Amino acid sequence: MTGGRREGRAVTAVEIAADVRGGRRSAREVLDEHLAAISAREEELHAFNLVLAGEARAAAGEVDRRVAAGEDPGPLAGVPVALKDNLCTRGVPTTCSSRILDGWRPPYDATVVTRLRQAGAVIVGKTNMDEFAMGSSTENSAFGPTHNPHDVTRVPGGSSGGSAAAVAAGFVPLALGSDTGGSIRQPAALCGVVGVKPTYGLVSRYGLVAFASSLDQVGPLASTVADAALALEALAGHDRADSTSIPQLAPALTAVLEEGVDGLRVGLIRELLDGVDPDVGARVSAAAAGLEAAGAKVDEVSLPSAGLGLSAYYLIATAEASSNLARFDGVRYGLRVEGDDVTAMYGRTRAAGFGAEVKRRIMLGTYALSAGYYDAYYGQAQRVRTLMIRDFEAAYEAYDLLLAPTTPTTAFALGAKAGDPLAMYLSDVCTIPSNMAGHPAVSVPYGVGEDGLPVGVQLLAPALGEPTLFRAAAALERSRA
Amino acid sequence: MTAGWEMVVGLEVHTELATATKLFCSCRNAFGDEPNTNICAVCLGLPGSLPVLNRQAVELAMRVGLALHCRVEPSIFHRKNYFYPDMPKDYQISQYDQPVNVGGWLELPDGSRVGITRAHMEEDTGKTTHVGGGGGRIHGADHSLVDYNRAGVPLVEIVSEPDIRSADQAKAYVNELRAILVAIGASDARMEEGSLRVDANVSVRRAGATAYGTRAEIKNLNSVRSLGRALEYELRRQVDRLEAGEEVVQETRHWNEDEGRTSSMRSKEEAYDYRYFPEPDLVPLAPSEEWQGEVRSGLPALPAERRATLARAAGVAASEPAVGIAVAQGLDGLVAAAVEAGADSRLALNRAANELANRSAPDVAAFTKLLHMEGHGRLTATQAKAVLAEVVTSGGDPEDIAKAKGFEALGDDVVAAAVDQAIAAHPGEWERYAGGETKLAGFFVGKVMAATRGKADGRAVTALLQERLASGP
Amino acid sequence: MAGISRDDVVHVARLARLDLTDEELDRFTGQLAAVLEHAADVAALDTAGVPPTAHPLPLANVLRDDVPGASLDRDEVLSQAPAVEDGRFRVPRILGEAP
Repeated sequence: MTGGRREGRAVTAVEIAADVRGGRRSAREVLDEHLAAISAREEELHAFNLVLAGEARAAAGEVDRRVAAGEDPGPLAGVPVALKDNLCTRGVPTTCSSRILDGWRPPYDATVVTRLRQAGAVIVGKTNMDEFAMGSSTENSAFGPTHNPHDVTRVPGGSSGGSAAAVAAGFVPLALGSDTGGSIRQPAALCGVVGVKPTYGLVSRYGLVAFASSLDQVGPLASTVADAALALEALAGHDRADSTSIPQLAPALTAVLEEGVDGLRVGLIRELLDGVDPDVGARVSAAAAGLEAAGAKVDEVSLPSAGLGLSAYYLIATAEASSNLARFDGVRYGLRVEGDDVTAMYGRTRAAGFGAEVKRRIMLGTYALSAGYYDAYYGQAQRVRTLMIRDFEAAYEAYDLLLAPTTPTTAFALGAKAGDPLAMYLSDVCTIPSNMAGHPAVSVPYGVGEDGLPVGVQLLAPALGEPTLFRAAAALERSRA
Repeated sequence: MTAGWEMVVGLEVHTELATATKLFCSCRNAFGDEPNTNICAVCLGLPGSLPVLNRQAVELAMRVGLALHCRVEPSIFHRKNYFYPDMPKDYQISQYDQPVNVGGWLELPDGSRVGITRAHMEEDTGKTTHVGGGGGRIHGADHSLVDYNRAGVPLVEIVSEPDIRSADQAKAYVNELRAILVAIGASDARMEEGSLRVDANVSVRRAGATAYGTRAEIKNLNSVRSLGRALEYELRRQVDRLEAGEEVVQETRHWNEDEGRTSSMRSKEEAYDYRYFPEPDLVPLAPSEEWQGEVRSGLPALPAERRATLARAAGVAASEPAVGIAVAQGLDGLVAAAVEAGADSRLALNRAANELANRSAPDVAAFTKLLHMEGHGRLTATQAKAVLAEVVTSGGDPEDIAKAKGFEALGDDVVAAAVDQAIAAHPGEWERYAGGETKLAGFFVGKVMAATRGKADGRAVTALLQERLASGP
Repeated sequence: MAGISRDDVVHVARLARLDLTDEELDRFTGQLAAVLEHAADVAALDTAGVPPTAHPLPLANVLRDDVPGASLDRDEVLSQAPAVEDGRFRVPRILGEAP
């Protein structure tokens, strides 16, 4: 499915950028092909909240003008990119797939959007998502669910389900998502694409509508590891507008992809294999074997606190979310439902504007922070976070990278978990530890399960371990064939 | 009435810092601009925006702490969560249990000290205007309008220990704190513009008791005078309740300046639960010893120190009111320079404190010259004040002004001649004066004044009379 | 920890300014109880001596210079607001003073 168009045509971001930069194809031509692909299947998949054909044509025209003028059009010249709809775009609706942001047009671009534009990328649209990134199936969208391109009766995962589906369907070679507890990696796995959650602080959060500020990271979804590397090089690097941005330049990633894994020590996380479907587990074993064949040494390692991660994550993420989402109050932007007094207006606006999952999480987070419960829930969850970081530190004394499934199952049916929040939360169990520790992780497609649907395996690295992570991800990708 | 009772007061003072920009964004920190013109994605709390801390605000906050003898400690910011239309994010970024400044004290002009618990940073809210019904007041208004220019302006909240025991001491504390804030350039500290705001925690207890009573928090104190009135009112109110066998309720009360009373602010809303938690969009602040040292060395002399210096120079006690006034008015340098140039220290201090308060300071040379003229009897006290007033407004030479006003100094010989004339004209009175009836000095001074149409200086005349007495007629 | 009651849920909804229906209050009471029950292992964990982690990064002292920059255009900002009057954001009457 990945890269719907063949006939020897360039389909990866690396190839498109090389062709456009070399004047072999125009950005307009590339864009038109992708818009045609979107027209063909978007109605069926609903990957996008908004397709920006006009703006994209103008941007592609500008890239072509720069190429013609002999100017450097940037490393992503002419590459069509889709943005998750929680990334602010100047003058263009940014909805977070929520009714509460009805009509809002941000007066500014997110830093990552600015960097994409500067790199010559062509932004083609805003993708569907679970409302405010809260969910694992993209069913929690006020605008209806996105469907998995591999089986439209299945979910694409979430919350960056629209971005994952758009890449998987060949709508775009590259998309941005955000990952708070797995929201890039989990849909990437379910849609059979590569998804990267960078080190916390590597990519600016400025202009990403916050879900849980201490966990959120923006990252790329792509059809290949090399495309993800090219994208992350353009996105990463210090941003003064984000106080939590690491004051370093973007790491060199595309240059290390061929370096291989000879001698690398990889730990397979025992606790994260518990409870995963056998066919998913089998693909993880196959990935371990693939890495060993490439020269890595793979052993099982224990991360004892991993089992506590899910609950601690849901307490921290919802607590921060309850505060981050307070500002949606009907005063300055977005939806308002009138009331007799301001408190009544708040209550009605928020009741009408937020969907059930967002309300549930605001409730949980408010409760976890409220008088009398802070120490038992939020405070305790922060201590568990410390324990998880310590477990990782211990593991990384013996291993360069860790290996785990990305998700316990392949893509599940639409509606299968909609009535059971806890079951839905459990689908994030393998991805949450990296967010809690602030570490980078990548999900790489590694074959299919018994149902013929994609399985993703996850590589994890310590903070700022992206170069090693990408080396290994590229090796894993090569071992797949 | 309130005899036998003691008031216990702690003050929370919010002061806007005199930065060029807001605490977390580069919008201008300005008072009085058109509504909603100094706003951006950050201070408006637009989705996706993030705060970045203003270095100068941190530096000014450290100045406040160091001037109040606090320890500067590693600190973090928290979110204080509550819904209110003047707060764009519906949480306030504030320091909570790890503030930047901890544990200091402030010395009042009378020498007493008030402990400082903490002085922490936080962001200000916007301003609401209430329309319809209640004449601009919140109660009975039809709707409200919000201006976010002030939202995100840096504040330092200075929390005192409950060390204050009277309304006068509370007023002195606020005045002294304002003087410090202005002296160190941290704030213009204007209560009328709201750049300095005072809330008071008040309780009462029986004189001699050591346990604290239940306290009420008083808000809406718009001037130092309101603070004094509100505290006096609250003292009576709480004592009345306790003497009537009722209890004081722990609550927030609103001072109504027109009615001269406080009233409970509690509404039907549930008690606030601020759900504080560490602000994840900001990183910890840990000023190095080096940075603290730079800030400390940049502090000017503080009012208490300046009062001590001035008191030494003028040869009076530091607690003397004129010393406090001269320092508060920034006139201590002028007084010291005049004394240095040979002016009478007492006279210099009194003229500065009494005649120059809230006026522009005169040139040192002119001030010194005037003090000499008065000190040597060439101007009477009344004339000297009139000339000084003119010096301040027009900046001219005191000699010329005196001449123009007809305060032409009588030559010493003219005065001496008038004295001799008066003695000669009233030999009987002179006999009695010489015989020890000293109150007759006034009689002769009066005669000389009459003869010189008031231009002679009384003290000079008295001195001449004594001279004649000693040398014999 | 004792389980979450419906009264707790009503209180939390008020704190969060969410006007929930009776049906939502019932449903959330059950669902939140299930999530909190799952979190009981976290709440019960002995973490004596373990410091909390508020942030995964070891950064400190991230500061910006006190230099004014551009503000947003007022008309553009107000055009996004549900109700405006006189260059300001209009809200329904406010029943209580700011805390």
